[in-house]
Amino acid sequence: MKLFKILKNAFLVTLACVALSACATSKKTGQMQGDVYTGTDTIEYLASGVPDRVFFATNESVLTTASRETLRKQAAWLRKNSKITIVLEGHADERGTREYNLALGERRANAAKDYLMTYGISSDRISVLSYGKERPVDSGSNPLAWSKNRRSVTVKAN
Amino acid sequence: MKRYILTLLLICIQFNSYALIEVDITRGNLDPLPIAVSPLSIDNQSKKEFEKILKKKDIGSEISVVVENNLKASGLFNPLSKDAFLQEPDIANLKPRFEDWALIKAQALITGKVNFVDEKLRVEFRLWDVLAGKEMMALAFTTVPTNWRRVGHIITDKVYERLTGEKGYFDTRIIYVAEEGPKTKRIKKLAIMDQDGSNNKFLTLGNELVLTPRFNPTNQMVTYLSYFKNLPRVYLLDIETGMQEVVGDFPGMTFAPRFSPNGKKIIMSFAKDGNSDIYTMDLENRIVEKITNHPSIDTSPSYSPDGKYISFNSDRSGYQQIYVMNSDGSNVKRISFGKGLYGTPVWSPRGDLIAFTKLHKGKFYIGVMRTDGSGERLLTENYYQEAPSWSPNGRVLIFYRETKSNSKGEGFTAKLWSIDLTGYNERLVKTPTDASDPSWSSLLSN
Repeated sequence: MKLFKILKNAFLVTLACVALSACATSKKTGQMQGDVYTGTDTIEYLASGVPDRVFFATNESVLTTASRETLRKQAAWLRKNSKITIVLEGHADERGTREYNLALGERRANAAKDYLMTYGISSDRISVLSYGKERPVDSGSNPLAWSKNRRSVTVKAN
Repeated sequence: MKRYILTLLLICIQFNSYALIEVDITRGNLDPLPIAVSPLSIDNQSKKEFEKILKKKDIGSEISVVVENNLKASGLFNPLSKDAFLQEPDIANLKPRFEDWALIKAQALITGKVNFVDEKLRVEFRLWDVLAGKEMMALAFTTVPTNWRRVGHIITDKVYERLTGEKGYFDTRIIYVAEEGPKTKRIKKLAIMDQDGSNNKFLTLGNELVLTPRFNPTNQMVTYLSYFKNLPRVYLLDIETGMQEVVGDFPGMTFAPRFSPNGKKIIMSFAKDGNSDIYTMDLENRIVEKITNHPSIDTSPSYSPDGKYISFNSDRSGYQQIYVMNSDGSNVKRISFGKGLYGTPVWSPRGDLIAFTKLHKGKFYIGVMRTDGSGERLLTENYYQEAPSWSPNGRVLIFYRETKSNSKGEGFTAKLWSIDLTGYNERLVKTPTDASDPSWSSLLSN
C-alpha cells in the first residue's frame, strides 16, 4: 500500500511537471492546447464522470495525457459493467484528403482501443469504426472546430 | 443494355490529309479555333415524328447545340453565333458556300442532316475546312431516338479527333457522390450523369454513406465504398442491372478502391489494428494478395495504364507523400519531394503523368508530375479541393472543391470542377445537388 502511495505521488508530480512544461512550451488559447481540443463543449458522458471522447493533434494519433486519463476512466467503467460492448468511432478534420482521413480515423480509434486493452478491456468487447472526415461534430471551418472533430468517440454498442 | 448500343455506319470518308486546320492541345489555348456548327437540317415529316417521341421541337438543332456546348467547354474551340450564319442548314450540308463562312471568320464548319428511318434516328454530319474549301470528314449514325444526346457527343469526339489528332472524351459519363444536408449529417448518394451534366440519375437512396465511386475502364461496372450496416467495405456495382456485391471477405474496413487497367482486379486499402495496407483482389478467381506491408498508412492506390506499376499514398516518411512501386509491391520509391503534403495520386491513361492533391500552407492544389516525380506543375489553388480523375484521353481532370463554412456551418458547398492539363479552362461542372468524388468513364463507343 505504501509503495502504491509513493508511486501515486511520484506519478502526480510527474504529471504536474508535464503539465507545467506543456504550458510553458505550447500556447494555450482558450479551448485548445497546441491544436488539441481541451474544452468540454462536445463531450457526452458514458456515466457520471466518464467522458466519451478523446482529441488529437493534426495528423496525429498519439494519445495526450488528458486522453489517457479519459480512457482510464472508461476502462474502469467498462470493468465495472462487464456486459457492455463498445464501438470506437475514429474521426478526422476536413482539411485532409478523404481516403487518407479514413485511414487516420481508423488509426486514432485503434490508439484508444490499444490503451483500453492495456487496462484490461478485452478486444472482444471493442469494435472500431472510422468515419474519416464524414461526420464532424462542429461544421465550422476554423481551427477550433477542426480540433473538436479530430476525435475518437466511445459509443455503447449494446 | 439497349440504350448503349449504337450502330455506327461509315458512309463515305474522304480523308484529305492536307487539311490546313490543326488545333494544338499541348499549350494553353488562348486563341480557340473559330468553328461554325450549323443546325442539322431536318425534313418536316421527321421533325414531327421526333417531336412526338422526344418532345423536342427541332431535334436537328438540339443535337447541334450539344456539339456546340461540348466544343466550347473544351476550351479549344470558339463556336460562332448562329445569328451570323448566312446559309440555310440543308443547303450548307450539300455544299457550303465557303466564302460566306469565311466572312464570319469560321475556320471549320460542321453541317448535317437528321432523318426518321424505321423508327430510328439517322444522323449524318460533315466537317469542312472553310479556308481550304474541302470536306474533311463525313459520317452517319443510326440509333434509337432517345440516344440523340449521345449522337451529339459522338460527333464532337469525331471532330475533336480529326482536328487535334487525339481521341475525344465527350461520349463519356461521370459517376460521383451527390451530397445534401448539413455537414454533420450529410446524406450521400451515388449519382451518374453524362460528361456535360445531362441525364443525371441517382443510383442509391442515401440510406447509407457512400464514397469514392470509380469506373471500371473496360465496362460499366463501378467500385465504391459503402457503410452498409455500418461496416465500411468496398463494393462492386453493375450500373446496368443495379446488382451489388461486397468485394472480398475482410475482417475490417476496406476503402480507396480502383480497378486495374484491364478491369479484372480491384486494388484497395484494408485497415486493421490502426494500420492500412494495399491489397488486390482478382475478380475472376477471388484471390486476394497483400501488396504493401508497412506499419504506416498506405492508401489511394492507382495502377499505371500498362498495369506494371502502382502509385500510392503513404505517410511512412512521417507525412503523406506519393510513392511508386512495381505491381507486386517491390521496389517502392518516393516520388514527391516538394514542400507540403501530397495525396490521391492518379496515373494518367496516357501513362506519362500522375495527378495529385497537394496541401501546402493551408491551401489545396491539384497538380501533375511525371511518374518519376519530376516536372511538378500545380494547375489550380483553392481553399479545399481534391480527388482528380482523368478524362479518358488524359487531357482534362475533374475534381471536387469545397468552400469554407462560417462558425455556424453556413456557406459550405461541394462542387465538381474540371481543368485541362495546361491549367487554363477551369470550369464548374453543373450538378443538381452538391457533389464530390467524381470518376470519369472511358469512351462509351469507339
